[in-house]
Amino acid sequence: MTELSKSGAVVGEPVAASPSPTAFLEVRDLKVHFPTDDGLVKSVDGLSFKLEKGKTLGIVGESGSGKSVTSLGIMGLHTAGQYGKRKAQISGEIWLDGTELLSADPDHVRKLRGREMAMIFQDPLSALHPYFTIGHQIVEAYRIHHKVDKKTAKRRAVEMLDRVGIPQPDKRVDNYPHEFSGGMRQRAMIAMSLVNNPELLIADEPTTALDVTVQAQILDLIRDLQKEFGSAVIVITHDLGVVAELADDILVMYGGRCIERGPAEKVFYEPRHPYTWGLLGSMPRLDRDQQERLIPVKGSPPSLINIPSGCAFNPRCTYADLPKDNVTRTVRPELTEVGSQHWAACHMTQEQRERIWTEEIAPKL
Amino acid sequence: MLAYLIRRLFAAAVMLAVIIMVVFCIFFLVPKWAGVDVATSFVGKQADPAAVEAVRQKLGLGDPIYQQVWAFFKGIFAGRTYAGGGDVTHCAAPCFGYSFRSEQAVWPVLTDRFPVTLGLALGAAVLWLVFGVAAGVLSALKRGSLWDRGAMVVALAGVSLPIYFTGLLSLAVFAFGLKWIDAQYVPLDESFTGWFGGMILPWITLAFLYAAMYARITRANMLEILGEDYIRTARAKGLGEPVVIGKHAMRSTMTPILTMLGMDLGALIGGAILTETTFSLPGLGQAVLNGIKNQDLPIILGVTLITSLAVLIANLVVDVLYAVIDPRVRLS
Amino acid sequence: MTTQRTSGRRKQALAAAVAVAALLTTAACGGGDDTKDGGSKNGAAGFDAANNKVAQASLVKKGGTLRFGGAQDADSWDTTRGYYGFMWDFARYYSRQLVTNKTEPGKAGAEITPDLATGVAKVTDGGKTYTYTLRDGVTWEDGQAITSKDVKYGIERVWAQDVLSGGPVYLKDVLDPKGEYKGPYKDTSKDKLGLKSIDTPDDKTIVFHIPKANSDFEEMLALVSASPVRQDKDTKSKYGLHPFSSGPYKFDSYSPGKDLTLVRNPSWKASSDPIRKAYPDKITVKFFSNANDLDQRLINNDLDLDINQTGMSPQGRTTALKQHKANLDNPVSGYVRYAAFPQSVAPFDNVECRKAVIYGADHVSLQTARGGPVAGGDIGTNMLPPSVAGAEGQQYDPYGISGENKTGNAAKAKEALKACGKPNGFSTTIAVRNNKPVEVATAQSLQASLKKIGITAQIDQYDGSQTTGIIGSPANVKKKGYGIIIMGWGPDFPSVQGFGLPLWDSKYILDSGNSNYSLIKDKAIDGLFDDYVTTLDAAGKTKISSEINHKVMEGAYYLPFTFEKFINWRGNNLANVYTTDGYSGTYDFVNLGLKSAK
Repeated sequence: MTELSKSGAVVGEPVAASPSPTAFLEVRDLKVHFPTDDGLVKSVDGLSFKLEKGKTLGIVGESGSGKSVTSLGIMGLHTAGQYGKRKAQISGEIWLDGTELLSADPDHVRKLRGREMAMIFQDPLSALHPYFTIGHQIVEAYRIHHKVDKKTAKRRAVEMLDRVGIPQPDKRVDNYPHEFSGGMRQRAMIAMSLVNNPELLIADEPTTALDVTVQAQILDLIRDLQKEFGSAVIVITHDLGVVAELADDILVMYGGRCIERGPAEKVFYEPRHPYTWGLLGSMPRLDRDQQERLIPVKGSPPSLINIPSGCAFNPRCTYADLPKDNVTRTVRPELTEVGSQHWAACHMTQEQRERIWTEEIAPKL
Repeated sequence: MLAYLIRRLFAAAVMLAVIIMVVFCIFFLVPKWAGVDVATSFVGKQADPAAVEAVRQKLGLGDPIYQQVWAFFKGIFAGRTYAGGGDVTHCAAPCFGYSFRSEQAVWPVLTDRFPVTLGLALGAAVLWLVFGVAAGVLSALKRGSLWDRGAMVVALAGVSLPIYFTGLLSLAVFAFGLKWIDAQYVPLDESFTGWFGGMILPWITLAFLYAAMYARITRANMLEILGEDYIRTARAKGLGEPVVIGKHAMRSTMTPILTMLGMDLGALIGGAILTETTFSLPGLGQAVLNGIKNQDLPIILGVTLITSLAVLIANLVVDVLYAVIDPRVRLS
Repeated sequence: MTTQRTSGRRKQALAAAVAVAALLTTAACGGGDDTKDGGSKNGAAGFDAANNKVAQASLVKKGGTLRFGGAQDADSWDTTRGYYGFMWDFARYYSRQLVTNKTEPGKAGAEITPDLATGVAKVTDGGKTYTYTLRDGVTWEDGQAITSKDVKYGIERVWAQDVLSGGPVYLKDVLDPKGEYKGPYKDTSKDKLGLKSIDTPDDKTIVFHIPKANSDFEEMLALVSASPVRQDKDTKSKYGLHPFSSGPYKFDSYSPGKDLTLVRNPSWKASSDPIRKAYPDKITVKFFSNANDLDQRLINNDLDLDINQTGMSPQGRTTALKQHKANLDNPVSGYVRYAAFPQSVAPFDNVECRKAVIYGADHVSLQTARGGPVAGGDIGTNMLPPSVAGAEGQQYDPYGISGENKTGNAAKAKEALKACGKPNGFSTTIAVRNNKPVEVATAQSLQASLKKIGITAQIDQYDGSQTTGIIGSPANVKKKGYGIIIMGWGPDFPSVQGFGLPLWDSKYILDSGNSNYSLIKDKAIDGLFDDYVTTLDAAGKTKISSEINHKVMEGAYYLPFTFEKFINWRGNNLANVYTTDGYSGTYDFVNLGLKSAK
């Protein structure tokens, strides 16, 4: 038990945070709660991580795990224009390049949006305005942050479209979103996001709405662009395959919290949380045969209003009864270091998890 | 685009022909089935059957229906001559019929009254568009607030109160009670201020009804649009709220509103019967009411056609406009 | 087809009307000051001040604009084609006749006085020849003299019913009962004056030869349909848009259903016209589609009087009675409101069943439905309106309608039902115009009181604009089973012939456009009408009139509701105002003047 009490500090997670963090992006104990008629929805409930420039963080989880809410929280989009709705309650700290965003002037955050930090959305068809041309939308994104005339901005838009691999960009720039194919739209969306050379790029399910073949092209594009621009990238997905290709670090979310994080190879080859196992089991892999391949995580994601006590994953966990004293159902596990820069939140002992992984799970994958 | 336009125009022309035929059947066949002789309503209390028969001949009521329809169509393009009992009446093209009740061609009556109705409809449209849309947007942005609830209650009242109530009320209070305005119609070419003074109450009354509808629909549209992904994108780009609402959200919100406006204007131009009656405005609506009161079928027929024409044209304009506004429609 | 229900929308409308009425009442407060004095220089003359007497004759000033308003335009301003009472009244501004009604209040207004003619007719040949001489100095609006030929041509136009439909055809029926003349438009003679029964020996003389004497012939010549029309100015069917004036005013502009303006006719000479005073310089008429709006403008003094003269609408009336009583007159309209019983529909072929309905009806309730004693009129006890010679008013009450059993006499009704062979009552249909709310209310009242004596009546509201085609067709009435028809009738001219001939004479039963709804075929009545037209002395005519009325009542063909009265607005600025029996109790328009010429 000493380990547990120690873990809080060891994890490097928030303890009397220093006002000026060293990382480019640092999220500390982020909580995003939405009051509703049915109760408080705790979409994100204490999330912390760091990200350096030039690095890619993959945030993985089922829908409702809080990954998109996190990204919108960083972008400050929970507080902008929530007319009439009950405001989201956000606490914690988000440091971007030495500025704390949650306490900053909303207008300052607005100016950072699009320039310092940009976002690629899941469905480029609905995320692009149907009544404005692609060019118009990119030009608009550029001119809001740069005092240039329309011509210059349009040249820039064409340049960006060219850069993301759209053929005949000088013609396509005047097309409307519905005149583009799905992949092209996503390229245009990426062009729009990168038009201001943002230092932080958040890609929220950037390939979910696309064909498999196009998915790979888009992922390649994001990787190439990251190398070129040296930005920090957060890729949000429910698909571990996507992050396997892109991410340096992986953060697995469940019920609004991080349950495992670490370098990508660690999380992939030595996962230390039963939920991560489940995700790996349900990941489609071309080198496996159909029957064996998909082992879905049984049960459904937890209600964010009534998060199960103890370990949020316990109702779906095959191994919930392994730790003694019913501790999985009464005490919430904290993140503990399970390897170098590798953390997981599980009541099972390291040995138990190592054994189950190597003996029961890995052979099936 | 041109082919599309031509196709639509052709469809509109066919539609109009069908409408004329249907209207004809209603006006000339239905009374026949009901056993009512239209000609008798044109003669006096003790007219002899010969006089009734003569009137019937002059009006061409005895002719087969297809001949009547054909004569009517021909009249529109070539003019028409009514002859009977030694009396010859020429109705110049475009002849939309001739009212034997008031002894005048229908077309001049329509053109005489059209500006009144047009002025009423356009003036009211400006009012309801400005106030209705503004109230709807504000309500959407301040959803659940006191303003929102208040505005929606007023809108509900506006939608459900009949024009003859709000109209008479406004007349009683502002024209006769407080005597702020002299609510009498004055033609525009006589005096602008007189015209404006006479129109202000009808405008407000009519606009109140429509503003209420538009406010409710704008609010609902706006709320829906605000939840769209592309609005989030606009914010993610770093656009300020005025641009996000005023440009991105409004553009989408206004599209269905414009469609509605086109249809409403079309219908109103056909005659805002209740408003024109309440305020004694000499527009098309009043003409049709007089027509009904006096059994003046040609006038009713004429106004019905103009109404149909107005709705058809409005439809056409809305379709074309839609193609301009919404690039997705253009290709199909 | 069945009993009417009050729909939600009607309730809404009712609530709206009540609310507006309440508002109007309060809004009009402060206007009531002029009710106190009995007739100041600028104020109103007092309640009923112009009813059968002249109000404020001495205050009249020459000049100014007389402002009429109306909810309904004339059927036609063509003197041959107009049939609306107010049109006849108004037409005297721009048309003259050989003889016309006296410009005097009350009963005297119904008497005949020479107009274009130098005197009333010289009647010879046993009442079959009428001779008139035209005055000197009578002219058209272009200054040309009015000749006897113009008068003949004007009268001939009545024959052209196919072109000039709509007006009364008495002259045609009396002058050419066989229908030999085809009218001036089909006249082959060069001067188009082919009607044989009128002679014009010279420009000043006109002689009428009627095949059969008719004691009301001069009344017929006093109708506006006997006005002169000049042949070169006859625009046939379009004449009503701009009649060529022979009177003191001429058409300046006219837009049907919108407005009408008359200005002085400079060619008219007061010396040639003993009748018309021609006080105002200009006469305007504005038509409104909203009757409440019209009433408000009257009360507001934006207008001087209602051209339609059919009484104020309920809202305006209520306000006016409370706030401006001194501006109101309450004349008898000359109309009788009644129910007729078509004898073609069983069991109304049986006189006892007809009597049962008359006895069973609640006459007070019917009167209330018509608007009560002030706005509706006195309970009608017989069919001859009070303004017609020979009328006895409530003194003749054969069924005890206005007596102690005025709320219905169930005992007598049951008795009559038994005599009719329907002791347990029967079922029938009441036909009523759907565009007259008051008549619908009357039908509902009748329905309720008949139920008490076992008669079940359905109410059929038919299209009021199609009256002539629906209830004017006996075949249709029989087919639809209309046992009771709600209607009203006013005299064309104040005599039993001008009122009752089309209603009661069997010759007037027509296949279409019928007005003898009860289908009365009574030789005695027909005979009395024949006697009437040949009786030339006033006393004899009066006696026959009463007799006809009695016969009609004895036959129980009608249930009279009211001798109609109405509430009429008289503007503050009006002078020389009076009601006349010549035009059914309405104001005599032609000599109205203004107190100040503004």
